[in-house]
Amino acid sequence: MAKGVKPRVKVPKKAEAGETITIKTLISHKMESGQRKDSDGKIIPRSIINRFTADFNGQNVIDVTLEPAISTNPYLQFEATVPEAGKFDFKWYDDDGSVYEESKEISIG
Amino acid sequence: MNLTRRKLLAVGAGTAAFASFAAMPTFASVADDAMAEFTGGAAVQDGGLELTAPEIAENGNTVPVGVEAAGAVEIAVFATGNPTPKVATFKFGPLNPTQSASTRMRLAKTQDVVAIAKMADGTFRKTSSTVKVTIGGCGG
Repeated sequence: MAKGVKPRVKVPKKAEAGETITIKTLISHKMESGQRKDSDGKIIPRSIINRFTADFNGQNVIDVTLEPAISTNPYLQFEATVPEAGKFDFKWYDDDGSVYEESKEISIG
Repeated sequence: MNLTRRKLLAVGAGTAAFASFAAMPTFASVADDAMAEFTGGAAVQDGGLELTAPEIAENGNTVPVGVEAAGAVEIAVFATGNPTPKVATFKFGPLNPTQSASTRMRLAKTQDVVAIAKMADGTFRKTSSTVKVTIGGCGG
């Protein structure tokens, strides 16, 4: 697992049933592109988050494939429909095989 | 064969010129190949989706980019002038109402950014936008 990886997600706590909400996510990750060289001229190996998924109560909202061209600390903003109260599950898949998870509850009212 | 110094120089210069000429189309085709891989060689119509990117990006390391295409199932973003042209592919699930997303990308230099959307009926839409980059974002 890469060091200092911390997912952050902003989801409203409440929504009307069927409302469209905006979700913002950020994860601290260096996203080493595999293009840079260190001081000895050797290429620093690629180490990025290659996939991000967001689900609500098991139904998919968005599935993003990230490439090395995504900036350090990948930020993603998207919209989701909230049909009922429930839980958002967010997952980030690292090149090294680790998966970072975060979830947020949302209530109707 | 008798190679004089003059002949040798002429041959060398010719080879170098040819090599640089041949290298240019291959560089452009890396992006075309990546796009063809996404569309599977299908015809791509212009318009029908929105790509939001700044005209001038001071720092190529974080360039905000947004895409939106109503009725799309998938949107791919390509940076045609990057060493690896693919930027991201967004697949939209059933709970995504607007088929929009935004993120931040790296751009190596001033270039065209292209977004291709795969619509629900299997057709492809395309749009592009030129971004001027003041400082490139590829380290080095």
